[in-house]
Amino acid sequence: MMRRVYMDANATTPLLPEVFEAMHPYFTERFGNASSVHSFGQQARGAVEQARMSVAALLHCRPAEIVFTSGGTESDNLALFGATRPGDHLITTSIEHHAVLHAAEHLAHCGREVTFLPVNAEGVVDPDDLRRALRPNTRLISVMMANNETGAIQPIEEIGAIAAEAGVQFHTDAVQTAAKLPLDVEKIGCHLMSISGHKMHAPQGTGVLFVRKDTKIEPLFYGGTHERQRRAGTENLAGIVALGKAAEIARKGIEEGAPQQIAILRDRMEHEILARVCEAGAHSTRAPRVPNTTNLWFDHLEGEALVISLDLKGLAVSGGSACASGASEPSHVLTAMHVSIARARASLRFSLSKLTTAEDVDFAIEVVPQAVAKLRELSPSYRKHQESMSLSS
Amino acid sequence: MPMPETIAVAMSGGVDSSTVAAMLKTEGYTLVGLTLQLWNQRRLAGKPGMPETTEGRCCSLDDVYDARRVAEHLGIPYYVVNQQDRFEQDVVQPFVQEYLSGRTPVPCTLCNNHLKFAQLLDTARQIGAERIATGHYARNEYDPARYRWVLKRPADTSKDQTYFLFGLTQEQLSRSLFPLGNYKKPDVRALAHEQGLALANKPDSQEICFIPGGDYKQFLDAYLADQGETMPDTSGELVTTTGEVVGHHAGIHNFTVGQRKGLGIASSTPLYVLGINGAERKVVVGGNEDLASKTLRANRLNWIAIPQLDRELRVQVKIRHRHEPAWAILAMAGVDEVTATFDQPQRAVTPGQAAVFYDGDEVVGGGWIL
Repeated sequence: MMRRVYMDANATTPLLPEVFEAMHPYFTERFGNASSVHSFGQQARGAVEQARMSVAALLHCRPAEIVFTSGGTESDNLALFGATRPGDHLITTSIEHHAVLHAAEHLAHCGREVTFLPVNAEGVVDPDDLRRALRPNTRLISVMMANNETGAIQPIEEIGAIAAEAGVQFHTDAVQTAAKLPLDVEKIGCHLMSISGHKMHAPQGTGVLFVRKDTKIEPLFYGGTHERQRRAGTENLAGIVALGKAAEIARKGIEEGAPQQIAILRDRMEHEILARVCEAGAHSTRAPRVPNTTNLWFDHLEGEALVISLDLKGLAVSGGSACASGASEPSHVLTAMHVSIARARASLRFSLSKLTTAEDVDFAIEVVPQAVAKLRELSPSYRKHQESMSLSS
Repeated sequence: MPMPETIAVAMSGGVDSSTVAAMLKTEGYTLVGLTLQLWNQRRLAGKPGMPETTEGRCCSLDDVYDARRVAEHLGIPYYVVNQQDRFEQDVVQPFVQEYLSGRTPVPCTLCNNHLKFAQLLDTARQIGAERIATGHYARNEYDPARYRWVLKRPADTSKDQTYFLFGLTQEQLSRSLFPLGNYKKPDVRALAHEQGLALANKPDSQEICFIPGGDYKQFLDAYLADQGETMPDTSGELVTTTGEVVGHHAGIHNFTVGQRKGLGIASSTPLYVLGINGAERKVVVGGNEDLASKTLRANRLNWIAIPQLDRELRVQVKIRHRHEPAWAILAMAGVDEVTATFDQPQRAVTPGQAAVFYDGDEVVGGGWIL
């Protein structure tokens, strides 16, 4: 059996065994509908509220401010659609996840004015650009906490302060930071925050939108009075229980320095791979980054072929963003950073988790330089480049 | 035991390439399934003259889904490779330019030359496969006596695709597998059934893959609009062979040699397009009898069965995909140009189409009709 190493935690993470164990009874014997009056319902309600407290503890907010959703995409959509009206102005960035970016693009067709802020070469938003973009009708600012492709952390506390000063609501997509950075909605000063379960070892199909008390949002779905009338639909009981457990583990992990351990592995991998490959580098290294992500470029090759080669060798990483068919497109994040199309196409994201081992990192350090060398050997543009280098020397 | 060879299978999501994957899997090869993402069908949706939703055949999500299901069924790794930029540059743009200059292009050949047997072979090699297999109906083999790879017509002559493959180089031929060359289409479907492929009854694709509905004029309009360009004015006169002006036309891209419909002029005898003079924007019309040509010229040649043409050669020439090859004498007429002189004049020799030369079942070579 071929060894398989997973380094795509920013796409999804496996359930932790404790999380699976915690949710398991809620599929079978504790199956009640949390809205029911009877004992089955009460048992379910208790579990949902317990999970709500655990998530609230992770975000440093009140349990009533937690709305359970189906995931990061729903949370982002609920924030953007729910907090703006036609005629409002929305400010976001050009490096958001598609869940915000495409929602914002759609809102622009639905009567909202939308500004997409640029980023610098490190992939970080300049708060001064935000200040300049404010208008009298600006209703919402949505800036992600950390970018999913580069890991670059955005200056969101400063953005929160600007929002407060201007009296504008502030949403942050924190999907890539839960379990990686301490989250404190008070410190950040946000009114809305999106979290996804499956990026932190809870199941896919679970998520959270933090909605600050007194922040009014229109629901996306109409139906029952679930989630204080902010999100109709029977609660995903087992998923919510799992999310609660994962939040508890994440909070403990952050206290115990788990992210720092991941950063040590990430830094070693980045350093060792770049030491073995010439004409390569890492994006956003001069920005603060989440501890688990590195986005490496290897000039003179097609990232798509490298992703496939590595997968066939047993290493799962990702390149660009996937289009509908599954083919990859040059990353909108890297192009927003003014990385050339060729280099954007030659960039790969490695994202680790607490389950990544030192042996996994050793494996990557071994196979990535091999695969790069093989691809370059077959690359006409690399050969041409080598010839011109030897001519000029 | 030696490691089984890794072969990349070009999978379109159709019956043919899916069956190829199943056959090679049975033969014990290590396979990697690849689909080229060549064109975004939604790109021109809603553009002038185009429907809001376009359901073309090429790279549709349904086809990728089908290919993925087959790969899953066979237990082989499968990837979609994005070559949209190359396809636009090497196939779509020349396609548009050819029509705008009064010629009738063959995009499938360009796609084979520049994408399937170029980019895809490169990608295959990069991921560890020296050879690719495709669902083309053709045969290729190495002839040690001539030290050459030869390309031959398939067992199922009704599905013969060698016309679109004349541009393959010796290297490309040496690295390609056409496992369907010895099969008839019904046998391929039967094999697909036998292998449990859910798409065994999927209909064959016919039209140009990136043109939904097959209306190329609509496509030209929509594509130019998408590029922020307007259709250049190529309107002009309809003239007879003697130069007499008999009408006007709205643009040369609306015409193909041999076309009878849409000329917009009344005549006692049926009139046909005999030729298109792109420089003067003139469309020459005449009777059916004037449509036959005794000779054709072709350039941008590629030779397969022979290293080069160094003497006159008697061959059969195919001047369009659905053309019964006709006997002719081939002679060089310049550095990269040949003349074919037919035994019997041939109807509607069309500039922009390929002329492919056959010696019995073998493809001698081919070029582009001038």
